[in-house]
Amino acid sequence: MMATLADLKISEVKLSEEQGGKWGMVIDQDICTGCQACVAACAMENNLTFVGEEDAAYGRTMHWIRIERFWEGEYPEVKMTPNQPMLCQQCGHAPCEPVCPVFATVHSQAEQLNLQVYNRCVGTRYCANNCPYQVRSFNWRDYERPEPLPNQFNPDVTVRRRGVMEKCTFCIQRIHKAQDKAKSEGREVVDGEFTTACAQACPANAITFGRMDDHESLVSQLAKQAHGVKHLEELGTLPSVTYFKGG
Amino acid sequence: MAYEKKHAEHAPAGHSGHNEEHFREKHLMLDPLPRGQMNEMVMDSMHTTSWKFWVVFGVLSAIVVYGLFYSWGVMIAEGLGVAGVNRPSYWGIFLVNTVFWIGISHAGTFISAILRVFKAEFRRPFTRAAELMTTFGLVQAGFSIFMHMGRVWLSYWLFPYANQRMLWPNLHSPLSWDLLAITTYLLSSTMYLFLPLIPDLAMARDRSNGWRKTFYKVLALGFRGTEGEWTHLRNAMNIFAFAIIPVMFSVHTIVSWDFAAATRPGWNSTIFGPYFVVGALHSGMGAVVMVLAVVRGTMKNMKYFIRPEHFEAIGKLMLIISMAWAYFFFNDYMVQWYGGDKWTKQLLHFHEAGPMGWMWFAMLIFNIAIPWAVLWNARWRSTPWIVFTVGLLINVGMWFERYIIIPISLSINRMPFTWRLYQPGIEIPLGIGTLAFFILLYMAASRLIPLIPVWEVQEGQMAHELKKFGRETVVTVSELE
Repeated sequence: MMATLADLKISEVKLSEEQGGKWGMVIDQDICTGCQACVAACAMENNLTFVGEEDAAYGRTMHWIRIERFWEGEYPEVKMTPNQPMLCQQCGHAPCEPVCPVFATVHSQAEQLNLQVYNRCVGTRYCANNCPYQVRSFNWRDYERPEPLPNQFNPDVTVRRRGVMEKCTFCIQRIHKAQDKAKSEGREVVDGEFTTACAQACPANAITFGRMDDHESLVSQLAKQAHGVKHLEELGTLPSVTYFKGG
Repeated sequence: MAYEKKHAEHAPAGHSGHNEEHFREKHLMLDPLPRGQMNEMVMDSMHTTSWKFWVVFGVLSAIVVYGLFYSWGVMIAEGLGVAGVNRPSYWGIFLVNTVFWIGISHAGTFISAILRVFKAEFRRPFTRAAELMTTFGLVQAGFSIFMHMGRVWLSYWLFPYANQRMLWPNLHSPLSWDLLAITTYLLSSTMYLFLPLIPDLAMARDRSNGWRKTFYKVLALGFRGTEGEWTHLRNAMNIFAFAIIPVMFSVHTIVSWDFAAATRPGWNSTIFGPYFVVGALHSGMGAVVMVLAVVRGTMKNMKYFIRPEHFEAIGKLMLIISMAWAYFFFNDYMVQWYGGDKWTKQLLHFHEAGPMGWMWFAMLIFNIAIPWAVLWNARWRSTPWIVFTVGLLINVGMWFERYIIIPISLSINRMPFTWRLYQPGIEIPLGIGTLAFFILLYMAASRLIPLIPVWEVQEGQMAHELKKFGRETVVTVSELE
């Protein structure tokens, strides 16, 4: 019995080494102020749609990252827990991927990320049901963008239409840009050369992004800290985002 | 004589000592009519259409046009935002209805194929009514699943078709299995509906004229009733009856895998396969009995063909299936509760004590308590309106069960920040639209094809005989096939 358990552990380690993300993120909840700058920056960078008052009130706001706030205890002894930015964890073993009937959500070999192929998606929404982190957003309608929002589209990112699922991509357009630049200069991408929109916008520097396969990079150094946790790791999803809380 | 008759009326079914007249009155198989007369009765029931029929037909057509086609058009044009589905309940009433209609379609094949394989004689007059339910139910299931899709105009991507980019459906996904299973079931159950229909279509062809004659002539495929034709037909029906049973079991098992294969608490349950099959039979039997009660009550000459004995027999089946469902429900609940997973426990508590807790209790009352309280009594389960009511309540209860499994279980997940209750929007007219379309198809079919498989009834009546051994009247059945 113990031997089988040990075998299981070994295979898990192997799995995580093979399938663990190439790109990773560390979020320090202790210094996150909950200012939502990352949410706004992400929306600007990734052409997220503006759903309007009515749908927002119904809970259909489109964000690839959200700040979760919880409190403990009964009034008046209410204590806030640290803010928890939640985004796609870019699982190495993602539950969303196998359930899509048309291969619209797939694992990329090159970047080790979960990709959402917008023009392949037919909108069964199975991936969103099966995502334990509930970080996928669905385009319930074709939303109108009020002026001047149409003037600031990011040309590197697809604009999605109704009936399509979407989610955080770890700013894959920035990854590609940096990789292309590094390639043209005949070198590897340097740590800190670029970062995601959320990490760039964070005034408290609570979000660190970088290469996990580079053991010298800041993010892989941070991820090795003992008080780092990965959410719902027990499900075997191998998430790429590490959280610090109560350090 | 007078005493005997009185005695016989009060004697429970199966008790010896009935006189012949009583047997005739009670059992269709022992009450033969001349074949010509019986054929005429069935033709007559198709042709007699009162103004009430057209009123109901018109109302249902209006509901279908508004509820199904207009509302769906709006949803396609505007996007799924007009529906109530939302994070975290990404699946709502559309999927509830899909599972529900597939469940309804189950009993058709169950009654027809299983009872045919086991040679249960009471099946003879209503196999067709049940098989029609399968086909029409699957049509509604198809509507519901396609409505559910965000970009339904691209739904052909789910099918494996040759394309330039060599893109195929993902066979890891339970939804792909689902599509294959439902398509197989639709095709095979339609063929299985058509085969026993051929002799009746030929019968109708010989007794009609005008456009109906042409219609039946085409459909009857030139059936003349020769010995060779009958042999081929019987062989084909036999093959289909045996082959369709595993298909039927597989379909609802695969439907359950849509849920059981996911990582959600409350879904990830290994018993979902058989639990869903039994649940499908539960709602399906209820639907069969409702259809039979309506057909008997509204169509001409049907009181001869569909008798209390049939309600009695189906009532027994309903009771047994209700018990089986209760067993699977308890087993599913017990194992999940005992597992002690934090999220599952929270979900189970949410089912019972959450804002939709009334639905959980209503489900148990409709699916278990009422059938058990009513169907044990032979006289009650022989009364059409009582069995109709029980069947209706079972269907409501089974719809609640699917509602609890899908949107209610989805409202709670491992990320408490996203918890939210589901409120249906345009799903309601669309759901009512599928129900109206089901009834409408059934009504149209009742005008066009013989709802009673006349040749099967006649065959059964030929096989049954009343014999007297001394003072005892005994029913004998000879093997015809």
